[in-house]
Amino acid sequence: MIKENLKNAEKLINAELSSKISGSEVKFEELLFKTSSGDIIEVLKFLKLDNRFKFKQLIDIAAIDYPNEEKRFELVYILLSIENNIRIKISIKFEAKEKIPSIVKIFPSANWMEREIFDMYGIKFINHPDLRRILTDYNFKGHPLRKDFPLTGFNEVRYSEKEKKVIYEPVKLEQNYRNFDFSSPWEGTKYLSEVKESKKNEKN
Amino acid sequence: MKKTKSMTLNFGPQHPAAHGVLRLILELEGEIVEKADPHIGLLHRGTEKLIENKTYTQALPYFDRLDYVAPMNQEHAFALATEKLLKIEVPVRAKYIRVIFCEIGRILSHILNVTTQALDVGALTPSLWGFEERETLMTFYERASGSRLHANYFRTGGVHKDLPTKLIEDIGKFCETFPKIIDDLEDLLTENRIFKQRNVDIGLVSKKDALDHSFTGVMLRGSGVPWDLRKSQPYEIYQDLDFKIPVGKNGDCYDRYLCRIEEMRESVKIIKQCISKLPKGPIKTVDGKISPPNRDDLKQSMEALIHHFKLFTEGFRVPAGNVYSAVEAPKGEFGVYLISDGSNRPYRCKIRAPGFSHLQAMDFLIKGHMLADVPAVLGSLDIVFGEVDR
Repeated sequence: MIKENLKNAEKLINAELSSKISGSEVKFEELLFKTSSGDIIEVLKFLKLDNRFKFKQLIDIAAIDYPNEEKRFELVYILLSIENNIRIKISIKFEAKEKIPSIVKIFPSANWMEREIFDMYGIKFINHPDLRRILTDYNFKGHPLRKDFPLTGFNEVRYSEKEKKVIYEPVKLEQNYRNFDFSSPWEGTKYLSEVKESKKNEKN
Repeated sequence: MKKTKSMTLNFGPQHPAAHGVLRLILELEGEIVEKADPHIGLLHRGTEKLIENKTYTQALPYFDRLDYVAPMNQEHAFALATEKLLKIEVPVRAKYIRVIFCEIGRILSHILNVTTQALDVGALTPSLWGFEERETLMTFYERASGSRLHANYFRTGGVHKDLPTKLIEDIGKFCETFPKIIDDLEDLLTENRIFKQRNVDIGLVSKKDALDHSFTGVMLRGSGVPWDLRKSQPYEIYQDLDFKIPVGKNGDCYDRYLCRIEEMRESVKIIKQCISKLPKGPIKTVDGKISPPNRDDLKQSMEALIHHFKLFTEGFRVPAGNVYSAVEAPKGEFGVYLISDGSNRPYRCKIRAPGFSHLQAMDFLIKGHMLADVPAVLGSLDIVFGEVDR
């Protein structure tokens, strides 16, 4: 039932927005559309206002960092339609320097979500009413969720008895953060099938 | 007329009515709030970054520390997301146990919220009565998982350990006595003149505004939208259970209070049904590549020993893909957007905390209200900073 709904929605949206959608898939009973940063406003506006879909709720915006790819960042907008009981994910990929149009005018709740993405990834939004850092400390530098930001950060704080205040110092580690390589050959019990295959090979 | 100058007031970060570490910059015109600018992040611990550097088993305990009032509901969302990616089925008994503890979490959270909301508007007794019950519930947590708050009880593919029989009996007994306590709380608050004066018609949210501001959970239902993920997108065994979804009418602080009270009664019903239906069987998936072997087997079987070692050092691998899975946490829709690249660690784990969008609407909710309404509205939003700041 749900699967059919999703397939139908996929077909409908693809037909309506064919020029703006660059790909779609249904996986794990979830609907994902790919579009570009230039079209995102129109796509979201259509999905929110069209009477057949009514994706009136913006559940979340997730940013993902792929430092090795040319289009470094990805944004995934997760929408929910309460009337139709469907979720949808809209993904856009873009280069590190690109600025993304803000969707605060369509979904007021995007305000903090975009601020968080700006804070964590340094992605800038055009026409955002109040693009400040939100979760990190006042005067924080860097964008912590980027993959090239170290897990331990750059600064640590402590209370200095001498100066009678909290001071910032560069992180000093007694032992470096250990990153284990787990790319081991342990693939699970393939033993049985391997045994069978080797027997087959012997026969041949 | 005398011209008044607007005043800026700093509320928090250390304030008992701030429910944690919230810093609110309020612009006041006399006693009327013109603008509220919440400064959050004082409890930011970088959960999402930490999870990217841990295996799936190690990432789970971080979810206890998000909404620390109802820890297991958060774990549930993450467990469901990984199970979706792994495409594994959870045994029925584990599903029932999960539902029992999720509903206990809901009661834990609602007791805290209802009673502290009463405390914020001047009633002390409810919190004293309510916290006694929370204590009992937390001992249930302790007897199942070993710790009162940070349970780390759910696992990918089930739960950690089976429940002791005595514990199930005691939870059943609690379900018999607890409705009486809700009645007592209601006697103190529901028709209380002061409580009503402080809450009725305060922090009004219309249906449209609730949707626009991404409200979920009680915040949405209080405004008259019958939407609950347990009913509309049922997970685990919620479709087999008989319960109702209380919906508000006016969308004010008082309606949200009433919804929470009713939800506690429904939760008790759900727990009762689960206990009577609780089937026998395994409590975690039998797939040895995901759940660790039995303690006894470790002494006898070499294979079990290897599995144990590998599962607790390397962990299991999750096939590449991205999923969003959400649960109806006490505060609203708690979601996890999980991206796996096929290795033993999540590539990205975006946590959708309901409190984040609720607190965001603070400016919209409080505009034009009196300063004294700030704690009342804040209380009815049900904010816990563990999940807002992550």
